[in-house]
Amino acid sequence: MTALTDLSLAEARDGLAAKKFSALELAQAHVAAVEGARPLNAYLVETPEQALDGAAISDARIARNEARPLEGLPLAIKDLFCTLDVPTTAGSKILEGFRPPYESTVTAQLWRDGATMLGKVNLDEFAMGSANITSAYGHVENPWRRQGDNRPLVPGGSSGGSAAAVAARAALAATATDTGGSIRQPASFCGLVGLKPTYGRCSRWGVVAFASSLDQAGPMTRTVRDAAIMLTSMSGHDPKDSTSAAIPVPDFEKALTGDIKGLRVGIPREYRLDGMPDEIEKLWERGIDWLKDAGAVPVDVSLAMTKYALPVYYIIAPAEASSNLARYDGVRFGLRVPGETLDEMYENTRAQGFGPEVRRRILIGTYVLSAGYYDAYYLKAQKVRNLIAQDFDAAFKNCDVLLTPTAPSPAFAIGEKSDDPIAMYLNDVFTVTVNLAGLPGISVPAGLSKDGLPLGLQIIGRAFDEETVLRAGHAIERAANFTARPQFIAGEA
Amino acid sequence: MSLIQGETGAWEVVIGLEVHAQAVSNSKLFSGASTTFGAEPNTHVSLVDAAFPGMLPVINKVCVEQAVKTGLGLDAQINLVSIFDRKNYFYADLPAGYQISQYLRPVVGKGQLTIDMADGTSRTIGITRLHLEQDAGKSLHDQHPTQTYIDLNRSGVALMEIVSEPDMRSAEEAGAYVKKLRSILRYLGTCDGNMEEGSLRCDCNVSVRKPGGKLGTRCEIKNVNSIKFVIAAIEYEARRQIQVIEEGGTIKQETRLYDSHRGTTRPMRSKEEAHDYRYFPDPDLLPLELDPAWVENLKKSLPELPDAKKARFVADYKLSPYDAGVLIEEQASADYFEAVAKGRDAKLACNWVMGDLFGALNKAGLDISNSPVSAKGLGELLDLMSDNTISGRIAKDVFAAMVETRKGASAIVEEKGLRQVTDTGAIEAAVDAVLAKEPEKIAEYRSGKDKLFGFFVGQVMKATGGKANPAQVNELLKKKLAP
Repeated sequence: MTALTDLSLAEARDGLAAKKFSALELAQAHVAAVEGARPLNAYLVETPEQALDGAAISDARIARNEARPLEGLPLAIKDLFCTLDVPTTAGSKILEGFRPPYESTVTAQLWRDGATMLGKVNLDEFAMGSANITSAYGHVENPWRRQGDNRPLVPGGSSGGSAAAVAARAALAATATDTGGSIRQPASFCGLVGLKPTYGRCSRWGVVAFASSLDQAGPMTRTVRDAAIMLTSMSGHDPKDSTSAAIPVPDFEKALTGDIKGLRVGIPREYRLDGMPDEIEKLWERGIDWLKDAGAVPVDVSLAMTKYALPVYYIIAPAEASSNLARYDGVRFGLRVPGETLDEMYENTRAQGFGPEVRRRILIGTYVLSAGYYDAYYLKAQKVRNLIAQDFDAAFKNCDVLLTPTAPSPAFAIGEKSDDPIAMYLNDVFTVTVNLAGLPGISVPAGLSKDGLPLGLQIIGRAFDEETVLRAGHAIERAANFTARPQFIAGEA
Repeated sequence: MSLIQGETGAWEVVIGLEVHAQAVSNSKLFSGASTTFGAEPNTHVSLVDAAFPGMLPVINKVCVEQAVKTGLGLDAQINLVSIFDRKNYFYADLPAGYQISQYLRPVVGKGQLTIDMADGTSRTIGITRLHLEQDAGKSLHDQHPTQTYIDLNRSGVALMEIVSEPDMRSAEEAGAYVKKLRSILRYLGTCDGNMEEGSLRCDCNVSVRKPGGKLGTRCEIKNVNSIKFVIAAIEYEARRQIQVIEEGGTIKQETRLYDSHRGTTRPMRSKEEAHDYRYFPDPDLLPLELDPAWVENLKKSLPELPDAKKARFVADYKLSPYDAGVLIEEQASADYFEAVAKGRDAKLACNWVMGDLFGALNKAGLDISNSPVSAKGLGELLDLMSDNTISGRIAKDVFAAMVETRKGASAIVEEKGLRQVTDTGAIEAAVDAVLAKEPEKIAEYRSGKDKLFGFFVGQVMKATGGKANPAQVNELLKKKLAP
């Protein structure tokens, strides 16, 4: 029998329903896997008692035929989601010791549906990063290694802990967040499915804010079906979040019909970057063929504004972050480093509490919002952002989804690119446009690089059309038949 | 136009006001926490108000309604789409590190307000805008020798910032503006106007210039919290600026504080030290979009406002504009007056309300809403006068007793036996008795000393304990004293 930790979320759900194993067995296997995964530094806080206590309740409910949609399924939670009385750090020293007296809407909905928590997983500090090397609690290792090269690799970021935990079979699935690619890029780096829903699909209430107009929670899973199951529970209108969409939530799993006949798949010509590795280009071509074989129709489309997406993103996201992070001032919660005056206390607290990447982005954000620079940077960036959204609107007149690579490279080694913030920012080149336009996007593992590392393809859809995105992603998944496993599996020596 | 005389001639003072009016609402602008004044520190604070991680603002519809109503009351343009912005600065009593406000696109645009001056003239003052914003918390510097305590009860309370055009030309006009604005806000029920509790605070922008010259550099006096202080602060500040200029100096643009103990203003921060607030649209909030039909309904539901009421009092009750102006200042006194005047002599009602009633309230330090004599009670008293149950003179005594005992007029009249004597026989007997005692005075009167008539009236009234009907006494005396 397959190890319980190796099951997909859907398989585990069905196995519990069929009483092939108990929720307690499932939880115990995962609690052990969480311990086994410690070398990856994926988990910041382990909550085995929550998983085990929850499993006991789940077993009782299953016995009474009262199973909820996620009954007894153990999950990892990105440490950006505030969890009631469980330390929540956002990967930052400044929130050290912070135990929220509240539970985020998204996690509350997961618990409502019967899921349990294995622990809180690592991330780039305040979700700012593409390699999970900016966490104040140490970097996360990718469970994958290059063939013939034992150097540890980054899992991608910012949801690196989520990706590493799920890839290493130390969680059935994880919550993640995506501001510029933070779900999809680590999914691509770790051979997983990562779904960024439409902005407004999942409530942001109780999720530590990075850039409010871009942040969106989503699932990190091993299959497209699992992503659909997770999204169904995570979604929904929340009156506590004014930007959450008041539209009904479909059962996303039902969207996976396997039928994409006649689906028009836009191929944005501007996404062919100079210097993009051949293997990525080839993977993309293969993806087009797979979809064609399944009955879809490729369409050439233009997203001419894409070239401005990164600069626009690196103005808007830091601008919002500089304001969002002002509340970490040492006055009410988290770290306080005393000073002679109030200003000195602020300076001491924030200098010691924030890491270099966060400080850099606060400075950039403060600069672009300053008098005299606002029009040239922030205002112009907002205008270009509108043009980017219009680009997508125009493209979606001629197609139903877009197909692109997820990232311009496979996972890189820890230490590579870290001295060059610009090279690091380039990781997001295929993903940030989606956040700027507020659209849904999914990364699906599609193949391996020549070094044997996973590579993902991205499907982008119309706003609130996650169903088509999932259906197309499902088709890629089936065609790619990605069965490779990482070198590091929790509990396997 | 009132000018200030300096050493070098006359100066004109130019004033614009920014009034922060707390919107009447049970909960805060973006959270469900209570807004009740005077609670224990930090007991009315939600996680949103304390800016905990991941907390998000949700607009309170009641506060929007109050802002729109106020805009309508100021005859202002209502912007169907407005934007909330973040005003970023660090301070310990500003938990999020930004205040949610409205910068480029406020909910209410241009409007106007008419001020009434003591000399009976009135002027129209332009309103530039009204926007909604959050109040900050309070820093308590006197609780600990070296540390400051923070009370977040006010943090997030809805304020309407009402900005005037620089249309005022004297401290008195500024005072009249605040008075009128407060009156309108109270009529609308959108702000309680309580300046002591901080529900209404005023920033005064003051500059001086030679009459007709170009505008001078302005200074802003922050957070003035009474009308008296608004007038005093502006007067001081105008004279200070004139003195600086006349001594060859220049005015620096700066923010100043009014010291009510010394009656002076002093610098708080200069333009160079001013914050760069880095305003930008709050990404946590969608643009505020108003339904035109909803606005229209609010407009229809507006109460009669002070100016309209004053005009009606002058037209319908034939009151003088001054009397009408005094009565309408507070809705409660206007309502009181109308209740008394209804079906009675309006001029008499006005005299009693403005004279005896206001005098008594003033003396007792009471608000009209806590008046010991109700409008119905005063009406009853007036009725006793008009049906000749008591005389006007006795009415004064009855009123005093009503204030003191809170009993009804009729009860007091009966209790004290103050019913007017109208029995002609009884009055005639009293008259005869008085005249019998004063033959010399009668002779003097008849020889032309008309003034003695009052003496006779007084004696008769004294003899009847003030209860004799004065008209009958007059009539009888005239008859009997006739030569």
